[in-house]
Amino acid sequence: MSTTTAAEELAGLSATTLLRFATAGSVDDGKSTLVGRLLHDSKSVLTDQLEAVEHASRSRGSAEPDLALLTDGLRAEREQGITIDVAYRYFATPRRRFILADTPGHVQYTRNMVTGASTADLAVVLVDARNGVIEQTRRHAAVAALLRVPHVVLAVNKMDLVEYKESVFAAIAEEFTAYAGHLGVPEITAIPISALAGDNVVEPSANMDWYGGPTVLEHLETVPVSHDLTSCHARLPVQYVIRPQTAEHPDYRGYAGQIAAGTFRVGESVTVLPSGRTSKIAGIDLLGQAVDVAWTPQSITLLLEDDIDISRGDLIVPSGDAPATSQDVEATVCHVADTPLTVGQRVLLKHTTRTVKAIVKEIPSRLTLDDLSQHPDPGQLVANDIGLVKVRTAEPLALDSYADSRRTGSFLLIDPADGTTLAAGMAGESFASAEDPKSLVDDEGWDF
Amino acid sequence: MTTVAAVSEETDSPYALSHLDALESEAVHIFREVAGEFERPVILFSGGKDSIVMLHLALKAFAPAPIPFSLLHVDTGHNFPEVLAYRDRVVAEHGLRLHVAHVQDYIDRGVLKERPDGTRNPLQTVPLTEKIQAEKFDAVFGGGRRDEEKARAKERVFSLRDEFSQWDPRRQRPELWQLYNGRHAPGEHVRVFPLSNWTELDVWQYIARENIDLPEIYYAHERPVFSRNGMWLTAGEWGGPKEGETVETRLIRYRTVGDMSCTGAVDSDATTIEKVIVEIAASRLTERGATRADDKMSEAAMEDRKREGYF
Repeated sequence: MSTTTAAEELAGLSATTLLRFATAGSVDDGKSTLVGRLLHDSKSVLTDQLEAVEHASRSRGSAEPDLALLTDGLRAEREQGITIDVAYRYFATPRRRFILADTPGHVQYTRNMVTGASTADLAVVLVDARNGVIEQTRRHAAVAALLRVPHVVLAVNKMDLVEYKESVFAAIAEEFTAYAGHLGVPEITAIPISALAGDNVVEPSANMDWYGGPTVLEHLETVPVSHDLTSCHARLPVQYVIRPQTAEHPDYRGYAGQIAAGTFRVGESVTVLPSGRTSKIAGIDLLGQAVDVAWTPQSITLLLEDDIDISRGDLIVPSGDAPATSQDVEATVCHVADTPLTVGQRVLLKHTTRTVKAIVKEIPSRLTLDDLSQHPDPGQLVANDIGLVKVRTAEPLALDSYADSRRTGSFLLIDPADGTTLAAGMAGESFASAEDPKSLVDDEGWDF
Repeated sequence: MTTVAAVSEETDSPYALSHLDALESEAVHIFREVAGEFERPVILFSGGKDSIVMLHLALKAFAPAPIPFSLLHVDTGHNFPEVLAYRDRVVAEHGLRLHVAHVQDYIDRGVLKERPDGTRNPLQTVPLTEKIQAEKFDAVFGGGRRDEEKARAKERVFSLRDEFSQWDPRRQRPELWQLYNGRHAPGEHVRVFPLSNWTELDVWQYIARENIDLPEIYYAHERPVFSRNGMWLTAGEWGGPKEGETVETRLIRYRTVGDMSCTGAVDSDATTIEKVIVEIAASRLTERGATRADDKMSEAAMEDRKREGYF
């Protein structure tokens, strides 16, 4: 589907796809080193950046260039030597382009991992081979599962410090896979690495001939970014109505938006929510070009056969495949603001292109990520808490379950007073149905 | 356990978008969100390649209707004449409304002082922020990309600025999914960066794919330049060369376009877009490292300027 030009071919970058991924790891698991090595070995660190890092490292009194200075972009981060906020990195190989959400590993920054994971197709969870699966690892796995990141890579780092032993890796991989599988993480790939020595990051390791799987980069290059869309419920949130009212286009009335899920075809019957009015797709404009079919995540303009009342915030769906509308939302939320979220609080709820007034009716439970236990009636959620909430909205919303669609099942809670983003919401069941971890291990065994 | 074999087949899914298509779709989504949620948005337009790509994306996002935004240019008084000519041509061609804030006016009124090093880049902040306040713009599109600089890597797509236009990196709103929160109080505004996830190479590949016309200074040409702080600067009335600096004619091109006093040229024989792309793909220097003097002032130069309201 990509349009290649002579220029793209010349640069050897034709027909590449884009993978968004996030990294998560505890403070000393070597996340910066892994990110540094991915950037460095894929030749994405350029001479002047490296010189700046060398210069800054020297002025701080260290002989070796500190690769963390590449990624810690804020004055306060460099001063404290920690990563405070999500940073986005870009690198490319001839096979694919990458957007990396580099998220801090501190316990108090769960919201940052949620931020990074919300747009990620893949999450890399780092563990230190010497420590194995720790509380923080379980927390990272749980966030990836909760956000329904389609692919999870377990990078067992510092293999050089455990003599590259297969048994150490196998035990960690087995424990993690059982735990994450139980949470419903659909695909887990475990890779033994040493970010410092470069084993299995970009180049295959000569120290672990027992491992036959891909390197981290190889896996990032081949993991699928798009799925079979034919089974997805098609959804188009209307962003903007395009009405030129010019001599050339006196009657043009197009509904612009980015397809949130599935595919739309010319001739298809559609229903507009929440009004329930129906029409047929008369045409699809893909940024100025008429097409017969369009799919997520294309930004398009839809033309309908009938002149019906549609505005920003409405949802166009295939007739016969409409989500139920409701004023009662049950969801898992991650609280991201410094002020707490309390029962009875009046908020704004932003779902796709629609923002409505809402009230927090109930906070039935707060989740402890370490052991996934539920604490009933916490009364409030504070920063970085994850909990179940029941919200009543002033107008009906057409929410899908987050499990069906990350885009139409997600929402924000916003403070109406000052616009602060309070919470990230995911409608419906919080975790996928638990698999029996034992059968998972017994049936499939290990293929490394 | 791994499903890599099954995976590779799926990569050729008919529904896979190329990276340029994905970036384009995301940027158009951002333009339309702003059009849907704000009263008075404006596009910062310098005549540089990033703002030219922004304008192209905006034209596509609202076609066949005109862009529902006006343009704003901060004229440092030291702009490349070719770029100003390009700016005026584009404005006329698409029937756009252009606001211009002049740094020179502020210097003439004594509000701003010429710096000893002659660069006017940091002086843009005051005219920019005053124009935003005066015109009551509530969303200001900028062409900033996160790959440009490490402080920019921390920037959100929607970046809330207070009534002094200040950026506070520690008080940024988390940005979740594609749900951009643009709420702001009167007097505050939101900076919006639709090209956040693009790299320099993406921009050039897109320019090639879409056949976008650029000011000619982006392509190799002969020009009288002189060397200052390791960069080739264009000689001119703005203040160069000084004593001890000698002008020579070299085959060069520009990777970025900004104030003449701090935008360096690179030696290049890339006269076509194909050659430019090959050159960039092979370059071992970042765009800003190669051509911007002002970012070298300190380790946090960009962060400090952004805090004050720079774009």
